[in-house]
Amino acid sequence: MSDISFVVNGRRVSGAAEDRTLLVHFLRENLGLTGSHVGCDTSQCGACVVHVDGKAVKSCTMLAAQASGSTIVTIEGLANGADLHPVQAAFKEHHGLQCGFCTPGMIMTATDMINRHPEGLDEATVRAELEGNICRCTGYHNIVKAILAASKTMSKVSKGKAKQAA
Amino acid sequence: MYSVNYHRAASVADAAKLVKSGDAKLLSGGMTLIPAMKTRLAAPSDLVDLSRIRDLQGIKVSGKTVTIGAATTHFDVANDDKLRKACPALAHLASLIGDPAVRHKGTIGGSIANNDPAADYPAALLALGATIITNKREIPADKFFKGLFETSLKDGEIVTAVTFTAPAKAAYEKFRNPASRYAIVGVFVAKGKDGVSVAVTGAGDDGVFRSKEIEAALAKNFDAASLAGVKVPAKNLMSDIHASSDYRANLIAVMAKRAVAAANA
Repeated sequence: MSDISFVVNGRRVSGAAEDRTLLVHFLRENLGLTGSHVGCDTSQCGACVVHVDGKAVKSCTMLAAQASGSTIVTIEGLANGADLHPVQAAFKEHHGLQCGFCTPGMIMTATDMINRHPEGLDEATVRAELEGNICRCTGYHNIVKAILAASKTMSKVSKGKAKQAA
Repeated sequence: MYSVNYHRAASVADAAKLVKSGDAKLLSGGMTLIPAMKTRLAAPSDLVDLSRIRDLQGIKVSGKTVTIGAATTHFDVANDDKLRKACPALAHLASLIGDPAVRHKGTIGGSIANNDPAADYPAALLALGATIITNKREIPADKFFKGLFETSLKDGEIVTAVTFTAPAKAAYEKFRNPASRYAIVGVFVAKGKDGVSVAVTGAGDDGVFRSKEIEAALAKNFDAASLAGVKVPAKNLMSDIHASSDYRANLIAVMAKRAVAAANA
């Protein structure tokens, strides 16, 4: 057994788990954060993507023990109360989902992608960077649209903030 | 996954001690090992996590000498400004591995220690004439890669870094399996002071290898046109549902042409 302690969505949590426990199972079963999904269990589909120390990773391909001491953000930690995160709002606006199963991973991957490309995104980059997230409903079209729109919104917001600061 | 004992190593010396317990395996990014454990293809008694050891991380470029710590992630290799100047081909190669989430975790040391026959880094290190540094010794790349998932690493030996001299020109071209995205054929070409070397991944039935036919043609003139009519023998190439050995042989020449064109661009 391992004693696991990390910060999830701004909250310090700790608990004991078998060493073989995957991070996604710890999040879902010990912490009740069931937004991160297990789609394939073979590290391919990306439905389980969360941010660990600021980087998008597949939480089904990491032990909870490996993440001990880290700072984690899951899909539950993105919105600010009732206000959706700009990426969530864009997925809603552009209908970037049908069944919704892959959506948490898509949104966590998209948020990481937008953060890594503050200069903006183009369609080819979005499609290439979605390589590790599989959607079986939408054909990706509206997902790509939503990410491009969110990227624009977020760059406006950060520019606005920079202006305010100046 | 079968039951396992997890240990987080504080240093390479600590890891060397811990890895002696039971049937332990070293864990770096875990992008191959954890999926293999989940399907019970691998069942180590203990895991020794190297990923938090600071000494194993980071990229140093000093003149033409590049040294990359074993626990440096593919993401960091792909995005390091110094490396992108010194050897853009290797940074580009790292940007083609897996997907963004895999690149955030997977490491160069883990990849070469695993030596998957379709992995990208072995082709680069072989063509670059790199040296693999372990906690025990230094091993030239052509003595390190020994076949499918086989290396010359001894039990418990830990890769700590790789080092090479940046070539004048280099490029990597990969033809991916459309589903798995692994290389069906990947070709790394490098032109340095010791001449031209060309290494192939994804195709050899004994893992990564150097293509003598392509090297000989490029030694005369490092130009894609030199490869017109060059035949790579299909003997000793893999044949499977994805591609026959003849198809792979042809693809090696095609990818080599593209790589040379990219290196000269």
